[in-house]
Amino acid sequence: MTELTEMQSAPVPSPVMRLELVPIILFAAFAATPTLAAYSGAEGYILSLLTRVMIFGIAAMSLDLILGYGALVSFGHAAFLGIGGYAAGILASHGIEDALIQIPVVLAASAAFAFLTGAISLRTKGVYFIMITLAFGQMLFFLATSLAAYGGDDGMTLSARSLVAGWGVLKNDIAFYWMALLCLLGTYGLSRAVVASRFGRVLRGTRENTIRMQAIGFQPFRYQLVAYVLSGMMAGLAGFLLANQAEFVSPAFMTWQRSGELIFMVVLGGLGSLHGAVIGAAAFLLLEEFLPEILHAVSFFLSDDIRSRLAENWKMVFGPLLILIVLFARGGIMGLLRRGRHD
Amino acid sequence: MTTTLLLIQALNGLQFGLILFLIAAGLTLVFGVMDFINLAHGVQYMIGAYLVAAFSAWTGNFGWALLLALPTTLAFGLLLEVLIFRHLYDRDHLDQVLATFGVILFLNQGVKFVWGAAPLSVPVPEILSGSVEIASGLLYPVYRLAIIAAGLTVAALLYGLVNHTRIGMLVRAGATNAPMVSALGVNIQRLFMVVFGFGAMLAGFAGAMVAPILSVEPGMGDNVLILAFVVIVIGGIGSIRGAFLAALLIGLVDTVGRSFAPNLLRLFLDPAAASQTGRAIAPMLIYIFMAAVLFFRPSGLFPAKR
Repeated sequence: MTELTEMQSAPVPSPVMRLELVPIILFAAFAATPTLAAYSGAEGYILSLLTRVMIFGIAAMSLDLILGYGALVSFGHAAFLGIGGYAAGILASHGIEDALIQIPVVLAASAAFAFLTGAISLRTKGVYFIMITLAFGQMLFFLATSLAAYGGDDGMTLSARSLVAGWGVLKNDIAFYWMALLCLLGTYGLSRAVVASRFGRVLRGTRENTIRMQAIGFQPFRYQLVAYVLSGMMAGLAGFLLANQAEFVSPAFMTWQRSGELIFMVVLGGLGSLHGAVIGAAAFLLLEEFLPEILHAVSFFLSDDIRSRLAENWKMVFGPLLILIVLFARGGIMGLLRRGRHD
Repeated sequence: MTTTLLLIQALNGLQFGLILFLIAAGLTLVFGVMDFINLAHGVQYMIGAYLVAAFSAWTGNFGWALLLALPTTLAFGLLLEVLIFRHLYDRDHLDQVLATFGVILFLNQGVKFVWGAAPLSVPVPEILSGSVEIASGLLYPVYRLAIIAAGLTVAALLYGLVNHTRIGMLVRAGATNAPMVSALGVNIQRLFMVVFGFGAMLAGFAGAMVAPILSVEPGMGDNVLILAFVVIVIGGIGSIRGAFLAALLIGLVDTVGRSFAPNLLRLFLDPAAASQTGRAIAPMLIYIFMAAVLFFRPSGLFPAKR
C-alpha cells in the first residue's frame, strides 16, 4: 500500500491506512483555521475557541496515553493542568516571565508530582486506583485554595503572557495559536512514537493481561509509572498553555469535575487512538459552547420564556447526552468513523 | 478553654462522621455487591435536602417533611436504578463513572431549574432549637446532638439489619462473592434493587438531617460524595463496619485537623507561618491519610472480598 493509493482514496485500502487520514485532516484543519478565520469577521473568537480546543486536546491526549493504552483510569488528571498553570503563574509573579525557563520548570514539577503520586497509586488496582488518583487531585485542589499568597480561592491573574527569550511574541493571539498547534503536534508526534515503540507494546500488553506480562519477564509497574509521568508532563504543558491563554489561573483548573470532563473527552473521541482524544476534546468544547444556541434554535416551536430557560439550563440536555453516548456509542467518534467505513 | 474547644470540635467531628457514614453505607454496599461505581450517590443527598426544604415549606413542619421526604428519595433512587443504572452493571468502571457523571450534571442543573440557583434554608425544628449545657460553661446546639443520636440509631439498626437478618446475610454474601450467591438461586438483580433503593434513602436521610444547619444548594452533594468515596476506600469496599469506623475517623480528622493544625504547627514554626501552613495542610489531611492507608493496605482496612 503506497501513499499514492491513499491520496486517491482507492475503493478498499486497508483500514489502518485509511484511518491515518483522520489525523492528517484534523491537523490540516487546525493549520488552515487562522487563514480562514481572517475572512469570517469573528477572527478573535474563533482563534481563542480553537486554541482552547487544542490545549484541551493535548490534555485529553495525554490522558489517552495512560487510559487508552494502559487502562489506567486516572480521575485526578486535572491536577496536572493546575500544576502547569500555577507553576507559570507563581514564576511570573516572582519576575520569571520567560517561557524558556517556565516550561522546563512546569515539566519538572509535573514529572515530580506524577512520579510521587504514581509510585503510590500504581500499587493499587481498579477502583482503588480511580479513587486514589482522585484523592491526590483533591489534595492539590485544596492546596491551591489555601495558597493565600497566590490568590487562594479566587485564583491569580498573570500580568502578561510568557515571553519567549525575552520577546513578547505570544501577546499576539495568532502567534499564540501557532504555539499551541506546535505543542499539539509535538506531543502528538511524541505520543505516536511512544505508542509504536517496544515500550508502547509492553504498555498495551499490561493493559490486556498484567499477569501474563509478568510471567514473560516484564515489570508492569515500571512501564506504567513511566507512562504516567510522561502523561503528567504533557498535561502540565497543557496547563501552562491554558493559564497563558486566559492570563489567569485558579483552583477551578483542577476540580474533580474537570478530571471527569477530561475522561469524557477521551471516551467521546474513542479510546486508544490519540487523535481520537483531540477530536473528543473538540467535540466536547464545541458542544459546550454551542449547545445553548442549538437548543434555542431547535425549540423554535416553544414560547420565548421556555426557550430561554432551556438554553440557560443546557446542562440538563448535556448530562443525558453523556449517558446516551456511554450507553449506545461504544468506541466514541473514532468508533463511529471506523464502523461507517467497514459497512 | 482548649479542652472545651476540643470537646466541641470532637462532637462536630462525630456529627460530621455520622452524616458521612449514612452516605457511605449505601455507596459501599452498592459498590461491594454489584461492583458498580455510582458517582450520582452524592446527588441523592442533595435531593434529600431539597425535598425536605420543599416539604417543610409546604407543610410548615420538619417532622412531616422528613416523613414525606424519605419515601420520595427511596422512590427516586429506584427510578434512577430502573432507568439508567441497571443498564450499566455489566459495563466497565469507566462507562459507569461517565454515565453517572452525566446524571450529576443533569440533576445539579435540574434542581437549579426547579428551585433556582439561590441557596434555600430550612428552619431548625422548634422542639430541637436552642442549646444545652453539656459541661460547665459548654453550650452545644440541641439539633446537632439530635443528628448524632439519629446517626447512631441508624447505624445500630443497620448493624442489626446487616448482621442478623436474612436479607442482611444475602447482602454480605453478595459483597463477598456475588456470582456464587446468584448461582445459589438468589435473584441478585432484585437484591441489588433493594440495596440501591435503601442506600439512596439513607443518603437522602443524611441530606434531610443536615438541611437545617447547612445551606441547601445545587452541587452540595459533590464534595460530600468525594468524602464518602474516601471513607469507603479507607474502610474497605463492601464493608459496613469499615465504612462506620472510617467515617468517624474522617469526620474527626477533618474537623479537629482544621481547628488544631495551626495550633500544633505553632510548636515548630512562627505564628504567621504556622497559621498559613496549617490552613493549607488541614483540608489535605484526609487525603494524605487515605494515601497512607492505601499505601500500606491497598484494599482498605476491612476488605469484604477475600
